[in-house]
Amino acid sequence: MNYLNETIDSLHKKLANKELTSKELTEQTIAGIKDTDKDISAFITVNDKATKVAQKTDEDGIKGPLSGIPIAIKDNIVSNGIKTTAASKILYNFMPVYSATVLEKLENAGAINIGKTNMDEFAMGSSTETSFFGDTHNPWNLDSVPGGSSGGSAAAVASGEVVAALGTDTGGSIRQPAAFNGIFGIKPTYGRVSRWGVIAFASSLDQVGVMTKRVEDSATVLSTMAGHDYHDSTSSEKEVPDYRANLNKDMNGVKIAIPKEFWHEGADPAVIQQVNNAIDVYKKMGATVEEVSLPTLKHAVEVYYVLASSEASSNLQRYDGVRYGFRAKDVKNIKDLFVNSRSEGFGDEVKRRIMLGTFALSAGAYDAYFKKAAQVRTIFIQEMNEVLEKYDLIMGPSTTSAAFKIGAKIDDPLAMYMNDILTIPANLAGLPAASVPAGLANGMPVGLQIMAKSFNEQAIFNAAYALQEENKFYEKIPTALKGED
Amino acid sequence: MISKEEILHVAELANLKLKDDEVDSFVSQLGKIVNMEGNLGSVDTTNIEPTYNMGDTSTTFREDKGIHTQTREQMFENVPESEDNLIKVPTIVAKGEDE
Repeated sequence: MNYLNETIDSLHKKLANKELTSKELTEQTIAGIKDTDKDISAFITVNDKATKVAQKTDEDGIKGPLSGIPIAIKDNIVSNGIKTTAASKILYNFMPVYSATVLEKLENAGAINIGKTNMDEFAMGSSTETSFFGDTHNPWNLDSVPGGSSGGSAAAVASGEVVAALGTDTGGSIRQPAAFNGIFGIKPTYGRVSRWGVIAFASSLDQVGVMTKRVEDSATVLSTMAGHDYHDSTSSEKEVPDYRANLNKDMNGVKIAIPKEFWHEGADPAVIQQVNNAIDVYKKMGATVEEVSLPTLKHAVEVYYVLASSEASSNLQRYDGVRYGFRAKDVKNIKDLFVNSRSEGFGDEVKRRIMLGTFALSAGAYDAYFKKAAQVRTIFIQEMNEVLEKYDLIMGPSTTSAAFKIGAKIDDPLAMYMNDILTIPANLAGLPAASVPAGLANGMPVGLQIMAKSFNEQAIFNAAYALQEENKFYEKIPTALKGED
Repeated sequence: MISKEEILHVAELANLKLKDDEVDSFVSQLGKIVNMEGNLGSVDTTNIEPTYNMGDTSTTFREDKGIHTQTREQMFENVPESEDNLIKVPTIVAKGEDE
């Protein structure tokens, strides 16, 4: 099965008309993954129970739009009875005994969990190179990274292995890989989606989202999995709209702000060109576009790496080799068990973040780093909200460059961290944000980033849909895929 | 900047053991990152409240009622070593230490 020219609608029609059973679709999907993954390596685990589940779905009858359709799940979202590793050695054998709420909701709607996708270890990274299970390759150029941390999910969608995949986004981990792979990816508002069963990285920033080729497919999936969950007290009780049914591509009179700081001096001019062209499309559609300023953006990376690392150092204390996961051998006492299991089980980048966070929270550094960063975050949130009081949307590039080469930045953490400068703002302010394909720069995809007011995902879907229907980027086939031109 | 002693102290706090070559690369890498983070010092934050939590931070309540979730057997599925239905770990208090 190859999903490059499929949508949730087209698949649903085939399933509902019985041209295809869910069992056949699932078998073909697994065969497609096995073939394509020889080059891409998007998956850590393919779900060998999927065909059975699909058969049961056929027997019960195809119901809603997701019924019988295989979907890929990032490997930091726990899945009952299917290995979940967060791409870390410390969880290499972890078998969850329950499923995350997002997965349960999708499965209740009939979606089939087809497998678990590769990612940066504990979602810490922008290239999927920190995974314990090896690199994922970009379907537009196999020597390039797919971005990260949801690089496996992005590559799986872009290469036609699946129609949709779940990702998580703490500082850009859905939007940056979506941009690098020429697909749509949305991080909803903080609190829109339950995080019960999502392996915690930075709890004031983490959010689950969707990655698809088509905007309308993400709208369907997000409506299905969003909403309050009594297991997660940060999840909002606000009603979930039917984003798909409400899609409206009329951009007439929509007010768009473009922060001048997003037009970064160091940005690749070929990327900027594509983003400018996309913004011109909105002008032609009747939107007003005005330049604004976010002066504190220059500190966003600093704020993010203090806060995200601090929260991570706290969240990752639970990995100690006692109750689950990797346990170090030949230890004499409990302290050695903790220290050796953690030191052998975590990779370099995870250790770096734990060290940074532990430092920022330590006596003597707390006020100057942790508290200071939290104060600057307050200032930044105010700046973002002031802009959104006057404008419907904020737009800019999703990334400062197209996908870079595998190995190019992995030894330079600071250069890697700078990748996130344009995506971090939405996480710091808890706002919904997406990346939608804008075009190609030197043959590699470029994403336009769209941010909106809290809980106004609809405005993002509408604007992204308007651009998609104009540029029809989804018709382009990734250049590194076998048997394609 | 961040010194070698500070790196070793932080590693101790984080329950991590670094190899000698790791210590050197952490001194240099973390030094650069902490330097970058130090730019925050230039922002005037007088009278600015810190944002530690996002979203609706009000406390949510539920009925004080037991809920059956996983069984003991399920909870033990991932335990690396066990004996007599208990999690087995190495010595916690060495002989003589508790006197």
